[in-house]
Amino acid sequence: MSIPLRILYCNCSYANVVPKATKEAVLRALTESGMPFDAVPDLCEMSAQRDPSLHDLAGENVKIVACYPRAVKWLFHAVGAKLGDGAEVINMRTDSPDSILPKLLPEVPA
Amino acid sequence: MSATLPIPLVDAKPKAPRFRVAVYEGAGAEPLSSEVRTELVCALIAKGFSTSVVRPNGAVSPTNTGTLVVLGQFAEAKPERAEDGDAVVHFREIRNRPTAEVVALAEGIRAELNLPKPGGWKPWFPVIDYDRCTNCMQCLSFCLFDVYGIDADKKIQVQNNNKCKTDCPACSRVCPEVAILFPKYKHGPINGDVVSTDDIRRENMKIDISALLGGDIYEALRDRSAKFKSRFNKERDADKALEERTKCLVKLGEKLDIPPEVFASLPSMDQIRTKATEAAAKAQAALDMQDRK
Ligand code: SF4
Ligand code: SF4
Repeated sequence: MSIPLRILYCNCSYANVVPKATKEAVLRALTESGMPFDAVPDLCEMSAQRDPSLHDLAGENVKIVACYPRAVKWLFHAVGAKLGDGAEVINMRTDSPDSILPKLLPEVPA
Repeated sequence: MSATLPIPLVDAKPKAPRFRVAVYEGAGAEPLSSEVRTELVCALIAKGFSTSVVRPNGAVSPTNTGTLVVLGQFAEAKPERAEDGDAVVHFREIRNRPTAEVVALAEGIRAELNLPKPGGWKPWFPVIDYDRCTNCMQCLSFCLFDVYGIDADKKIQVQNNNKCKTDCPACSRVCPEVAILFPKYKHGPINGDVVSTDDIRRENMKIDISALLGGDIYEALRDRSAKFKSRFNKERDADKALEERTKCLVKLGEKLDIPPEVFASLPSMDQIRTKATEAAAKAQAALDMQDRK
């Protein structure tokens, strides 16, 4: 049985490290796409609080739109949650919405 | 991930229980307009709610325990509160309700459960990249605030992330393997960016610190303190001593990007001496155990 693809959006709410315009454009595109997704205010805070929901949000077949993949991987690991090999992390710190959205929502026309 | 990775602190009591809001547009509920969905999701996120948009055409993460607040335009009346296995589900009808009122419904449930409002602090703490870490214990020896510890297998671990000093990335500078991340730091590779060969060359950052202060930094601080004390005794020139110490700390702070508040919160010299000795002993014990394996 194949595991359905999930999308997880991190809003990086509690620091100004992800460009605001990028976060807003990506979140808006997600809500307007009609696709289901999970969104969290700040993965760093959840990891710091050892929020058990990180175990639910982790998994094999998940696309995470947040920041650097190395940071996201070890933030999950810090609470014992494992991102599978099929997990993909898309970086809003470095990439523009134009390059993020086709990777995140390939089936939704721009 | 290999079996040799340290066991994270999963046994530590979570500080946050599972709590999530679902904007529900699945079976038994009418879909929201794109505008209403967008406004609602943005408002929920802004108020610190983990939010799932549930639609018929795909999956979101499971909620098998904890509290789930389900907001929707339901075809049939739903109970205010229901239990589903280990999860408690609160249904709220949102038809014809303005966004602010809907968000207030979720806030009311969060308040009823006495859950803390998120966002009270900047989540600033070290995260270890175990693909790089060699368990050398430099970070444990260096940190004066008891952030690091060792697990049952004598592996380095971040144990007290709430004791870390906001915006201070100093321990990442002493890690010879560039294995300590602060995801909210401005620059790479400390923020999680790919580690380049240049970064590895800069692995002698520790040596830079030594060059700056002439040895171990706490040793240097202690020496300075001793010198100041003797000068103070001889010259009774407290101002001069303070000026010199401040200069030294400012230089160190600039070099390592350490905020002045961290220096202001350093323990007393006696406490530094004790803590540094304890940390070094802990680190040495862990290293000895590794050698014996
Ligand atoms: S995981 Fe990255 S994007 Fe998310 S809160 Fe942390 S630093 Fe920000
Ligand atoms: S200093 Fe770096 S390599 Fe050494 S134990 Fe700490 S994180 Fe690991």
